[in-house]
Amino acid sequence: MISTPLLQLSYLVAAVLFIMGLRQLSSPRTAPKGNATSAVGMLIAVAATLLAFEIIKPADLLIGVAAGALIGGLLAWRIQMTAMPQLVALFNGLGGSASALVVLGELTRPKTAALASSSLVAAGMGILIGNITLMGSLMAFGKLQGVIPTGAIRSRTLPWLNLMLLLACLGFTGALVGAPGNMVIMLSLVGLSLVLGVTGVMSIGGADMPVMIAFLNALSGLAASATGFALHNDVLIVAGSLVGASGVILTNIMCKGMNRSLGNVMFAGVGIADGAGGVAAPGGGTVKQASPEEAALMLAESDLVIVVPGYGLAVAQAQHTVRQLADELEKKGVEVVYAIHPVAGRMPGHMNVLLAEADVDYEKLKDLDEVNPMFPQADTVLVIGANDVVNPVARTDTSSPIYGMPILDADKAASCLVLKRSMRPGFSGIDNPLYSNDRTMMVFGDAKDTLLELVVQVKQS
Amino acid sequence: MTVELVGALMVFVLAGFVGFEIIARVPPTLHTPLMSGSNAISGITIVGAIVVVAAGYTGAARWLGVAALAMATINVVGGYVVTQRMLNMFKSRKKSRKGGRS
Repeated sequence: MISTPLLQLSYLVAAVLFIMGLRQLSSPRTAPKGNATSAVGMLIAVAATLLAFEIIKPADLLIGVAAGALIGGLLAWRIQMTAMPQLVALFNGLGGSASALVVLGELTRPKTAALASSSLVAAGMGILIGNITLMGSLMAFGKLQGVIPTGAIRSRTLPWLNLMLLLACLGFTGALVGAPGNMVIMLSLVGLSLVLGVTGVMSIGGADMPVMIAFLNALSGLAASATGFALHNDVLIVAGSLVGASGVILTNIMCKGMNRSLGNVMFAGVGIADGAGGVAAPGGGTVKQASPEEAALMLAESDLVIVVPGYGLAVAQAQHTVRQLADELEKKGVEVVYAIHPVAGRMPGHMNVLLAEADVDYEKLKDLDEVNPMFPQADTVLVIGANDVVNPVARTDTSSPIYGMPILDADKAASCLVLKRSMRPGFSGIDNPLYSNDRTMMVFGDAKDTLLELVVQVKQS
Repeated sequence: MTVELVGALMVFVLAGFVGFEIIARVPPTLHTPLMSGSNAISGITIVGAIVVVAAGYTGAARWLGVAALAMATINVVGGYVVTQRMLNMFKSRKKSRKGGRS
């Protein structure tokens, strides 16, 4: 048994280690150490807690930890990098749910003294936020995994339903203060908050997932903080607040990357026309096609090639093939860099992780501000499975849903190759005049097959 | 409002400010590991789960505690492991050459 002051001191050490760990994430070189630092903080918090409390049922403790460690470890070791958005969503949801369950356990346990009103309000918020995080993340998981239809839903009634559910949940939280331990109130709160998690995320389309995942990340932190308020546990409050801040920052960056507000993402449901645009020729112009041989020649004769990867790269699992192509080009003296749009893919930093897996030097991954001045100097831009992030309409057409969204200036390069499955418009269903641009050539087919073909052709050229 | 509550609010708000300051410095290339790493930190709720389980309650509180403990452990273990896996992939050839590796 360790004393309470010693326990609090351990929590302080843990909190400091979390902060130091996050700080070391500011550079890819120190980041692995940062994650380890943060993990040590967690270990200290857990060990101190185990030493501080009398353990009456060690078997329960062992079962819970062993089951969790086995499942979590297996998932983390075996997951493919392309499935990372799903896994992050899943872990997120479990964290939120754990917070809600801890609060419920605290509320239903036999008590010696009544809980303070503030603890009860915090408990209600913990259940509300934790359950929204759980169901929201499971919905996001389903959409990313393709189990649930990914299209956005535009509905006039859904936002009102969500608002009513939220108000009802807040009402039940208030009622909990008046009648703590009332099972009907508690179960109503649990049920309604779970429903709110589903209806809240139901309407979000696949292209808006980066915003949603970042937002759910923030919520999982806030749920932990609320649990900390309910249990009077400072380390929960600090850690939850840190995660909340991280999630809010990422949500903000993602929203800016699409020039939309969080409210707009949650309620407006762009992408209703997903696929409905069919095979219409964009902008009425004609589209030029290139064979892999021609494309390979264009690439091999360039001095600077900028690769623009999108979600299509992840779907085709083509990250290694892109690296091979870049290697071949570099052998011929071509400089290759990658232009990464903030919302490319399905979560913040998705493309960076995929390309890191394929051993691409992170110095070659350029963000929007860094790479846009480079496009006019580029001989060839290679767009792989990206669409809206290179759509020039965002600059000019005020009536377009993506107007004002910062884009990669692929149309300003000397020439542009677009690898695409077909002429179908992207997630937002908006035509892309880049495709009918004079300097653009389309190469149709599966991204990975086309890239493999390009590797062979470049080698021979 | 009790003094204790105000103290807790102070901790919450100040930690949030610290969070904003340090996380704003994380480069976009590390945003996914940042998410999964901070996710693992939100698994701190494991501490609450341990308190509930260790007390050895019977009935609903017992099972709620065990379920919470298992979920929080998945979050913590899985989160840290997958983040480490990702971070180990981020390499720069320029830097490693300087480091003297052939």
